Amino acid sequence: MAVTADAVARLAAIEKSQGYWRSVWTRFLRDKVAVCAGCVAAGLVLMAIFAPWIAPADPLDGSMIKRLSPIGTEGYPLGADELGRDMLSRLIYGARLSLFMGVVPVLIAFAIGAAIGIAAGYLGGWVNTITMRVLDVLYAFPSVLLAIAISGALGAGILNGLLSLTVVFIPPIARVAESVTTSVRKLEYIEAAQASGASSLRIVRDHVLGNVLGPIFVYATSLISVSMILAAGLSFLGLGVSPPNAEWGLMLNTLRNAIYVQPWLAALPGVMIFLTSISFNMLSDGLRSAMDVKQ
Amino acid sequence: MLSFILRRVFYTVPIMLGVSLVCFALVHISPGDPLVSILPPDASVELQEQMMAIYGFDRSYPEQFLRWLGLALQGDLGNSIATGRPVASEVFNAVGNTLILAVTATIIGFTLGGLFGFVAGYFRDSWIDKLATAISVIGVSVPHYWLGMVMVIIFSVELRWLPATGAGPGGSSQWVWDWEHMQYLILPAVTMSVIPMGIVARTVRALVADILQQEFVSGLRAKGLLDRGVLAHVIKNAAPTALAVMGLQLGYLLGGSILIETVFSWPGTGFLLGQAIFQRDLPLLQGTILVLAMFFVVLNLLVDVAQTSLDPRLQRG
Repeated sequence: MAVTADAVARLAAIEKSQGYWRSVWTRFLRDKVAVCAGCVAAGLVLMAIFAPWIAPADPLDGSMIKRLSPIGTEGYPLGADELGRDMLSRLIYGARLSLFMGVVPVLIAFAIGAAIGIAAGYLGGWVNTITMRVLDVLYAFPSVLLAIAISGALGAGILNGLLSLTVVFIPPIARVAESVTTSVRKLEYIEAAQASGASSLRIVRDHVLGNVLGPIFVYATSLISVSMILAAGLSFLGLGVSPPNAEWGLMLNTLRNAIYVQPWLAALPGVMIFLTSISFNMLSDGLRSAMDVKQ
Repeated sequence: MLSFILRRVFYTVPIMLGVSLVCFALVHISPGDPLVSILPPDASVELQEQMMAIYGFDRSYPEQFLRWLGLALQGDLGNSIATGRPVASEVFNAVGNTLILAVTATIIGFTLGGLFGFVAGYFRDSWIDKLATAISVIGVSVPHYWLGMVMVIIFSVELRWLPATGAGPGGSSQWVWDWEHMQYLILPAVTMSVIPMGIVARTVRALVADILQQEFVSGLRAKGLLDRGVLAHVIKNAAPTALAVMGLQLGYLLGGSILIETVFSWPGTGFLLGQAIFQRDLPLLQGTILVLAMFFVVLNLLVDVAQTSLDPRLQRG
């Protein structure tokens, strides 16, 4: 009898662990806004991957006589930019660098920030105090200012842009990781694991990570939208990506001079930044409510 | 209360030191010799060493930092490489213009955002709530520099109602609150206000919805208080947090105004930063960022103190 009860309990636990992700997925599918946003985001990623097959023309190949052709010109469905390059192709190819510059810093910052935050939260004590005080200093800068300060000092370039954005996103992610880990560490089952002699590394790996990575990840996804705007903003200022690369922020920058000639053409790259940013934002909101993370 | 303020001020000092250390480090993480932009390429070794000694680059980093910090505390942020003028006076002029822009934007954003958020939280799940939520999502996801361009396209290029760039006659130094000048302020301020509007709307909505669910509201209703009376209690409870968010948003706008100031050629700190980056004028970059970051730290302190004095419950936490 006792054996059966044990088996039932174990089965229930297995079913529960599978059931959690299944119920997250069901809840997510019920949220129509989030599903739409997810489709748009996925579409943008696919567009970036398959750019060479989708784009009708070479994004770097311009024709001087076609300079600033209006939207709807024969052969140039979305017009041509200030060097006569096909706008549609540049917008499609632009997804590659723009998404890369927007998403990669958040991923790196997620890895580093989560590691710092979990370590500080689990170890507690003076390690926690010192780590969090150091992060507070970076936190004391408005994010736009810090990104511009670092990449302004380092100079233009893709790598410098990535580096400065990563530095900007580490402190907020580490803060969230620290607070989530601190609250998990105080739970009784961690105490039980400690009492049964498990090493710190093992406790973190087996008992802490599973409970904290979800909320930290959800928080990190909410930063992608900000990161997209900031990354394109750096290129818009002449930092970050440099010409002749196709990147939405940079395209907005170079087309700004044409605002009196072809105003709506000049605004097109911004539509792409907006679309990406808003779809990631709503996707992240949907993930948060589906995973029931409170923040 | 006094002990809380003292503790909070005491806590700010190491942050300020850290912030100045980061600003000091900016010049040293930048690639190349910091003197390259002043010296001619064929400068002799002696001249180079002489200049190194004048600027103090021959000393150790801690020594350089203390010297720089000492001068900064006396209001000397060095001279701009491009113009040769003192960085402090350039930044001082620009801060005034950025304040005009950021304060106006914060007021617009807070009024509209607060209103949207309040109505949305009060009539939760109604169509007006959905509309307000949509506006706040758009507000935080729109690239504001692009929104600025779109504003210029609509109101300056197509309709020709408002000037596209600059700060009016008199340039950067003479701001007057008359129509001739204020028409230059409208587009950048409205563009900038979209950022705090979204965030304030989101915060106020959550606050109001949360307060309405608390027991004391049911208590007030049970006591027979009319909706209008309940409203006053809700506002009183939401105000401290809402004001704190407003203060922080002002800080973010001050520090993050560079993109909007670039779009509108508004002669503030952001425009100055843009110039510093473009001309690789490192002392100007360093000085401007130091001043803006310090503004942000002090503003945070003020917001904390103000919020706690408005809502004494926070002191215990």
